[in-house]
Amino acid sequence: MLKVTPRTKRILVPIISILAGFLIGAVIMLIWNYNPVQAYSSMFASALGNMNGIGEIIREATPLIFTAIGFAIASSAGFFNIGLPGQAQAGWLASIWVVLANPNLPKIVLLPLAIVAGIIAGAVVAGIAGWLRAQFGTNEVITTIMLNYIVLYSCQYLMQQIMSSSLRIDTDTTKTIAANGSLKIDRLSSFFGDSRINAGIFLALIAVVIYWYLMKKTTTGFEIRSVGANPYASRYAGMSTKKNIMLSMLLSGGFAGLGGVIQGLGTYQNYFTQTTSLDIGWDGLSVALLGGGTAIGILLAALLFSILKIGGLGMQTIAGIPYEIVSIVIAAIIFFIAIQYVIGRLFKNKQAPEVIAVKKETQVNVADKGGQK
Amino acid sequence: MSLVAILSLLVSSTFVYSAPLIFTALGGVYSENSGVTNIGLEGIMTMGAFSSIVFNLTFADTFGKLTPWLGALIGGIVGLIFSLLHAVATINFHADHIISGTVLNLMAPPLGVFLIKAIYDKGQTANINQSFGYFSFPGLANIPVLGPIFFKNTSAPAWAAIIVTIILWWLLYKTRFGLRLRSCGENPQAADTLGINVYGLRYAGVLISGFLGGIGGAIFAEAISGNFSISTIVGQGFMALAAVIFGKWNPIGAMLASLFFGFAQSISIIGNQLPFFNHIPAVYMQIAPYVITIVVLVLFFGKSVAPAADGQNYIKSK
Repeated sequence: MLKVTPRTKRILVPIISILAGFLIGAVIMLIWNYNPVQAYSSMFASALGNMNGIGEIIREATPLIFTAIGFAIASSAGFFNIGLPGQAQAGWLASIWVVLANPNLPKIVLLPLAIVAGIIAGAVVAGIAGWLRAQFGTNEVITTIMLNYIVLYSCQYLMQQIMSSSLRIDTDTTKTIAANGSLKIDRLSSFFGDSRINAGIFLALIAVVIYWYLMKKTTTGFEIRSVGANPYASRYAGMSTKKNIMLSMLLSGGFAGLGGVIQGLGTYQNYFTQTTSLDIGWDGLSVALLGGGTAIGILLAALLFSILKIGGLGMQTIAGIPYEIVSIVIAAIIFFIAIQYVIGRLFKNKQAPEVIAVKKETQVNVADKGGQK
Repeated sequence: MSLVAILSLLVSSTFVYSAPLIFTALGGVYSENSGVTNIGLEGIMTMGAFSSIVFNLTFADTFGKLTPWLGALIGGIVGLIFSLLHAVATINFHADHIISGTVLNLMAPPLGVFLIKAIYDKGQTANINQSFGYFSFPGLANIPVLGPIFFKNTSAPAWAAIIVTIILWWLLYKTRFGLRLRSCGENPQAADTLGINVYGLRYAGVLISGFLGGIGGAIFAEAISGNFSISTIVGQGFMALAAVIFGKWNPIGAMLASLFFGFAQSISIIGNQLPFFNHIPAVYMQIAPYVITIVVLVLFFGKSVAPAADGQNYIKSK
C-alpha cells in the first residue's frame, strides 16, 4: 500500500482508472484474437502522428468540452442531466436554421445570433426538465431521457416538414451554410493538415474559464453547489431551491446547446437527420465524470476521449480491429471511476504530523468521555 | 375495417410491444425494492437482445419452434451475468447507483456490436428465421368477439409476462423472501439488525432485474426487430424504468403501466392503418409515448413513493 497525500490521490485515481480501462479493452481483444499492442499502437500513431490527426482531435474535443461543462453544472446542483444529447441536437438545428434563413446578414451579426439561438434552444429543452422538477418534483433522470426522444423525432419533423425546402438539399440534409455564419477558419485548418478544426476551440477555452470562474468565484456558483450539497440547509440559509434548480438546468442546457452549435457551425457546416441520440451528449457525460467536474479535468478528459475516438478510426483501418473497442474502453474507465472507493483503498492517506497529533488528542478525549459515562 | 378487426389489431400489437416492457419493468421493481436503483435496464436489455439473436441464429435448426423461448432464457442468463457488474459496484464498492447504471448503458451497445463484428464480421446480424410470431389459444380463440380480440393471433410472450407478473407479485408481497427484500429497500439498517442479509438480498434484487431485463431484451429482439444492431434497443429500457415509477414500484402496477406504454408505442406504428389516427401527422405518434410518460410522471409523482432507501448505499458497520 502506497502512502500519498489526498491531493496526489485525486490525480492517481483517474490515472489508474484509465489504465484499468485500457487493460479491460486489451483483455477483450485477446479473448477474440486481436492483438492489443498492435491496436493501441496504431491508435496512438494515427491520432498523434500527424497534424491532421491532432487537428481532428481538437475538433472532436471541442463540443465535448461544452457538453461536459453542461453535465457538470447540473450535477453540482444535484441533478443528473442525462438529456445532453437532446439539448445539443436542439442547439445544432436551431443555429443552422438561423444561418440558412438569413444568408445576407453580415458575419458580425449572424454568427453571434446563430450561437445565441443554439444556446437558447438547448436551454429551453433542459429548462422543461428543470421546471418540472422545481414545480412538481418530477425525476429529472426520466424526463431528460424522454426529452431526448422527443427532440430526436421533433427535429426530424421540423427539418423535413416545417423548414422551407429551399434550405434543404434533400429530405435528410440541409444546404451547407454560408461563410458568414461559419466557425471555420481556413488558415487554421490548413495549418492542421486540412482538418475540420474550427474557431469553436477558442470558444471552448473561454467556456472553461467562465465555468471555473462561475462555480468557484461567484455567489451564483456557490448557491448552485450549496443546493446540490444540502438542499435543506441551503433553504434554511435563505436560498431558493426552485430558482437554483431552474438556473442550473438552464445553464446546463445552454452549454449543451453550444456543443451542438459547434457540431453544426464548426464541424459539419449543415444539419442532417439523426437516427439516434447524439453521441457528443453521452461522451460529454463520460468526460465530465472522468474530469471529476473540474475545469482542468474536463479539458484533459475531453482531449483523452478524442485521442481514443480519432485513433480508434485509424485502428480500425490499419489494424482491422472493430472501432467499438474504443467505446468499451471508455465505459470501462467510467466504471472504475464509479468504484473509485476501491481504487482509493490501494493508497493510504499520508498525513501531516500535526494532523496525526490532533487525531491522537481527540481520541484521548473521546476515551475520557467514555470513561466518564 | 370492422370494429372487431380494429380492436384485435390494437390488442395484439399492444401485447407485442408490451411484453418486453413488462419483463424488464418487473426486473426494475425487484431491483428498486431491494434498494438498488437500476437505470441500466436499457443496457441489460441490449445484452439480452444480442445474446438471444446469436443463439437463435446458431441453433434455429436444432431446436425449431422452441428456439425463441430458449433464446429468451439465454438472454436472461446473459442479462443476469451483465447485471453482476452493477451489483458488485453498488453493493460492495459503494458506487453511485446512477453512474454505475449508466456504465451498463454505455457498455452494452458497443460490446454487442464488437462481438457481432468479431463473430460475423459485419455490423449487424442476419434476420432470424424462428421468431415468436403470433399465437392462438386453442379453443379460447373460437369464443365470439372476445376470442378474435384477445386469444387469436396474439402474443404468447405477453401472456407469459402477465402470468409471471402475478407470480412475482405473490413472491414480493406474500412470502418471507419478498418481505425481507422489501425491508432492504425501506430500512437496511433495521433489516440488518434483525439478522437479514442485506447484501445478499440486494444481490438477489439486482440479479433478478438482470435476468428479467435480459428476457425483456430477448423478447424485443425475437418478436419485433428480428435481428441485432446498434439501434435494436433504443429507449425501451428507459420506458420500462418509467413504468416502474408509474406503477408505484409494484409488479401489477408496473405491468399495467407497461401495457399502457405498449399501447402508446403500437399506436405510433399501426396508427396509419386505423381510422382517425391516420390523419394525425406521424411525428405526434412518434413522440406520444415519451410525452405521455412525462405527463403521467407529473400527474402521479406526488402519489407514488419510492422505497425509502432506494438508491442509497448500505455500508455495514463493524
